[in-house]
Amino acid sequence: MPGWIKGWVLPVLLLIGWEAGSQAGWLPLDSTSRPSLVYQAALDGLKDGSILQATWQTLEAAMLGLAFATVAGVAIGIMLGLSARMESATRPTLDGLRPIPSVALIPLALMLFGFGLMLEATVVAFACFWPILLLTIAAVHGIEPRLLEVARTLELGALERLRKIILPATLGRLMIGLRLAVAISLVVAVTVEVVINPRGLGSTMMAAQQSLRSDVMYAQLIWLGLVGWLLNALTHRAVRAWPGGAGAPA
Amino acid sequence: MKARRINLEAILFAIGLLVCWQLFAEFKLISPIFFPSPIKTLATLYERAADGSLWPPLAHTTLRMIYGWVFACVCGMVLGLLIGISRNARAYLEPSLEFLRPLPASAVIPVAILFFGLSDSMSIAVIAFGSVWPVLLASIHGLAQIEPRLLEVAASLRLTRAQTLWKIVIPAAMPDVLAGARVSLSIALILAIVTEMQASLPGLGQDILLAQRSFKSAQLYAGVVMLGLLGFAANASLVWAERRLLRWRPK
Repeated sequence: MPGWIKGWVLPVLLLIGWEAGSQAGWLPLDSTSRPSLVYQAALDGLKDGSILQATWQTLEAAMLGLAFATVAGVAIGIMLGLSARMESATRPTLDGLRPIPSVALIPLALMLFGFGLMLEATVVAFACFWPILLLTIAAVHGIEPRLLEVARTLELGALERLRKIILPATLGRLMIGLRLAVAISLVVAVTVEVVINPRGLGSTMMAAQQSLRSDVMYAQLIWLGLVGWLLNALTHRAVRAWPGGAGAPA
Repeated sequence: MKARRINLEAILFAIGLLVCWQLFAEFKLISPIFFPSPIKTLATLYERAADGSLWPPLAHTTLRMIYGWVFACVCGMVLGLLIGISRNARAYLEPSLEFLRPLPASAVIPVAILFFGLSDSMSIAVIAFGSVWPVLLASIHGLAQIEPRLLEVAASLRLTRAQTLWKIVIPAAMPDVLAGARVSLSIALILAIVTEMQASLPGLGQDILLAQRSFKSAQLYAGVVMLGLLGFAANASLVWAERRLLRWRPK
C-alpha cells in the first residue's frame, strides 16, 4: 500500500462510521449531525455566500492585526537588535508584558473600541507581536558583523544601512517569524469571534450551535480547518521559496 | 560595574513607563472610565487580595489550566511515542493530525458545548485539544532526534524493549518534550480564559469580562495584571522543573 493511501484510511473510516452510525440511529442527530447533511450545509453556505463572507471577515481581521504586529515588531526588533544597551534596558519590561495571555486583552479592547474589526485586530496584533519581535531581534543579532562594518566604512546613512544591509540580511529569518505569526493570527481572530465579536467564522459557528444547526456548525468547522491548512501550506511554501529561508531552522 | 548600569537603565525604563501611564491617567488624557492609573490598578489588586475575592477565581482558572494541560501532556506523549517508534502508526495518523493541527482550538468550543454543555468538562476538553499539539510535535521530534548509536548500544547490551524505552528513548526525548509542554501550558491558560469568557464559568476570564461590562476598569486592569502574573508563574515553574529534570545533561 503506497504511503499516501494510509493517510486516508483513518479519515475515510471515520466518515463512513459517522454516516452509518447516524443512519442507524446510534448517534444523536442533534449533536453529531451526519456527513451527508454537513456536506449539503457546506454547499448551501458556499452558494449563498455566507461562509465566504464570514471567512473574509475573519481573514480581514487576522491580516490587519498581523500588519500592525509586523510593522511594530520589525521596527522595534531592529532597533533593539542593533543596540545592546537599548535591548537590555527594555528587556525586563518586555519580559513582564509578554506572559499576559492575549485573550485577557479582549475585555480591554472591547472597552476601548467596541465590537468590530479593531477589537479583533488589536488582540491579534498583541499576540503576533511577540514572535515577530523576538525573531527580528535574533535575526539582527545573526547578521554577519563584517557586513555592519562594511556599512560603517562606506558611511551609509541609517536608511541606506537598513535598506541595503539589515533588511536583506534578516529577511530569511523574518519570513519564519512571519509564518509563525500568520498561524497565530488566524487562531486568535477566530478565538475573539468565538468569545465575543459578532463577525467572522467563529461567531457564525457559535450562532449555528446556539440555533441547533449542527450541520452548519460542522460544515464551517471543516471549512475553517481547510482554510487553516491552506494558509499553513501557503506560508510554508513561501518561506521555502525565499532565498535563505529554507536553510534556516523552521 | 557595567552590569549594574544596565540594570539601572532597565529599572528606569520600567519606572518611566509607569510614570507616563500615571500622568496620562492623572491628567485624564484618556477617559478614566477606560484608563485607570497604575496606582489605582495595583490598589484594586491589593484590595481584592486582602478581602479574599481574588483567590477563588484564581484557583478556578489555575486548576482548569492544569487539568486540561495534564490531559494534553499524557495524550500528546503517548501518541507521540506511538508515532515516533512505529512507522506504520505514523503513516496512518500523521496526515489526519496534520489537518487538525492548524485548526484554531477555540473553533472546537461550539462542538464541545454541544457534547458537554456549558460545563467544566467542556472547558477541559477544549484546553486538552488545543494544548496537545506542542507536546505531540515535540515528542515526535524528540524521538526522531535520538542518536542512533545509543540504540545500537542498547541492542548490543541486549536491553529489552521496555528497558530501552525507559533508559534510552525517554531520557533522550525529554528535553524536547519538556519544551513542548511549556508551550502547551501557555496555550492551556489562554483556552482556560477563553472558555470562561464564552461559557460564563467561574474564573479570572469571566471576572474581567464582568468587570468590563460594569465599567469597573480598575478591576479589569487588575485582572489582566493577575493573568499576566499567572502566565509568568506557570512558565517560570516549568523552566525550573526543566532545569531540575535535565540536570544530567551537559551544558
